[in-house]
Amino acid sequence: MSGLTLELLLLQIVTGVALGSVFVLLAIGLSLIFGMLTIVNFAHGAFYMVGAYMGVFLYGLTKNFWICLVLVPLAVGTIGLVVERFLVRPLYGRNIDDPLLLTFGLGYVFIESIRILFGLNGIPFSTPAGLRGAVDIGIGYFPLYRLFLIGATGMLVLGLWLFIEKTKFGLIIRAGARDPEILKVLGIDVSKIWLLVFGIGTGIAGLSGILAAPLQAVTPEMGIPVLAEAFVVTVVGGMGSLIGAVTAGLMVGIVVAMTSLFMPEMAKVSIFLLMALVLLVRPQGLFGRAGLMG
Amino acid sequence: MLKIANLSAWYGHSHILQGISLEVKRGEIVTLIGRNGAGKTTTLRSIMGLVPKRQGSVVFDGAEILSEPAHKRFHRGLAYVPEERRIVPGLSVLENLRLGIIGSASRSKENERIDVIAETFPRLKQRLTQEAITMSGGEQQMLAIARAMMAEPQMILLDEPSEGIMPILVDEMFELFRTMKAAGTTIMLVEQNVELALGISDRAYIMDQGEIVYHDTAAALLADKAMQERYCAV
Repeated sequence: MSGLTLELLLLQIVTGVALGSVFVLLAIGLSLIFGMLTIVNFAHGAFYMVGAYMGVFLYGLTKNFWICLVLVPLAVGTIGLVVERFLVRPLYGRNIDDPLLLTFGLGYVFIESIRILFGLNGIPFSTPAGLRGAVDIGIGYFPLYRLFLIGATGMLVLGLWLFIEKTKFGLIIRAGARDPEILKVLGIDVSKIWLLVFGIGTGIAGLSGILAAPLQAVTPEMGIPVLAEAFVVTVVGGMGSLIGAVTAGLMVGIVVAMTSLFMPEMAKVSIFLLMALVLLVRPQGLFGRAGLMG
Repeated sequence: MLKIANLSAWYGHSHILQGISLEVKRGEIVTLIGRNGAGKTTTLRSIMGLVPKRQGSVVFDGAEILSEPAHKRFHRGLAYVPEERRIVPGLSVLENLRLGIIGSASRSKENERIDVIAETFPRLKQRLTQEAITMSGGEQQMLAIARAMMAEPQMILLDEPSEGIMPILVDEMFELFRTMKAAGTTIMLVEQNVELALGISDRAYIMDQGEIVYHDTAAALLADKAMQERYCAV
């Protein structure tokens, strides 16, 4: 292993953290929706992909990445609101498979619609001006955009944590994840809470889509592998746990980055090995259902 | 205050309530007694709107509420303390109390209400920051009642409040029900502790197999040991 220096190793870890940031964002949305609505949202990857395309489209109109960063999650979240209100809501109280099948099918409807609207080929999304190039982070040069990704994820996680722990709506979310019936008895219209949570979860998926867009080509199928990875992160971290999503997301990112360095051929398999290992030791995931976002 | 006429309720295909009628007047304490499985809990859940399939009439404060969802009934001034108490795990005592008023129109009075409730429930006052499910069963029951009282309901439905609680706390709790009544809260009580419940009640209904089989003043029923034996012996 000549040529492997401590700097290279550390840089690869930071690369893993950047990669993990996207996993964290995806898993938070997935986990939030599951923890509150007990719905496994198989369309989550498609919402992510729609977020990337929405970014492409809005960037074309506005030429301003920062505006897109605000508009995309709002737009994708709005689609989420419509989906919950008219498609998911009629399925509450029915077999748990029903919303699963619905969102699974919906994912393909999104993919096909995007193929029709934007074509089959990938669209490049250039790194926004001001976030291009690399900076010296002490152990070597690191792409600025990836640093931005880490920072943006950190801020979002912090904001979400404050929202859930410190606001009235957050208190309702925490209670509702444990016992929706008692909320009804205490005068809260739980269906409205579920609607909003689905909107927030899908909005965050859309945000991860536009944030990930400069790292890869934007294609109609980009959400498919990401969905599997997001599930791995959610399962490793523990369904419904914010801290679990963050820890597992970063862990998965670092594992992928490290295996890419030492055993590139194992990079794709490594996260599933990690999942198998964690589940053997802790079937409920690292931060198992101690309670949603607890 | 509450008038139920010919109310039926189903869970799945089982017909639990077979057309019951009863009335609770403003300011009264009314007890519902009967064996396990007689339909007492289902009666309370139907009044609160938690039984999906029901038929008949439930009039609260002059309005027909049979088809209203639970959260709307709360806004009319109905409160419900379920048998399992339903203290939310992971939340502190204070957070559980806040949940009691967060969905109410009077949520701006939150702090003021917490002060009042803390005076009424001194056991909770010392434990506001403690995680609620680490308290004893009796303290959790006090919290469940305190939470239901946060939004100042006109009427409260209490399901087996004394179940699994130390006798000294049970006495404290029943004393509290008297105080609540004196302050104008209408109470409907489901209780296995028949003598204690009748002791604070104005009237009582006896249920058996999904029907109301008897009703009388609490004092008369308290004296009628034969009737108590017949329907309440466990």
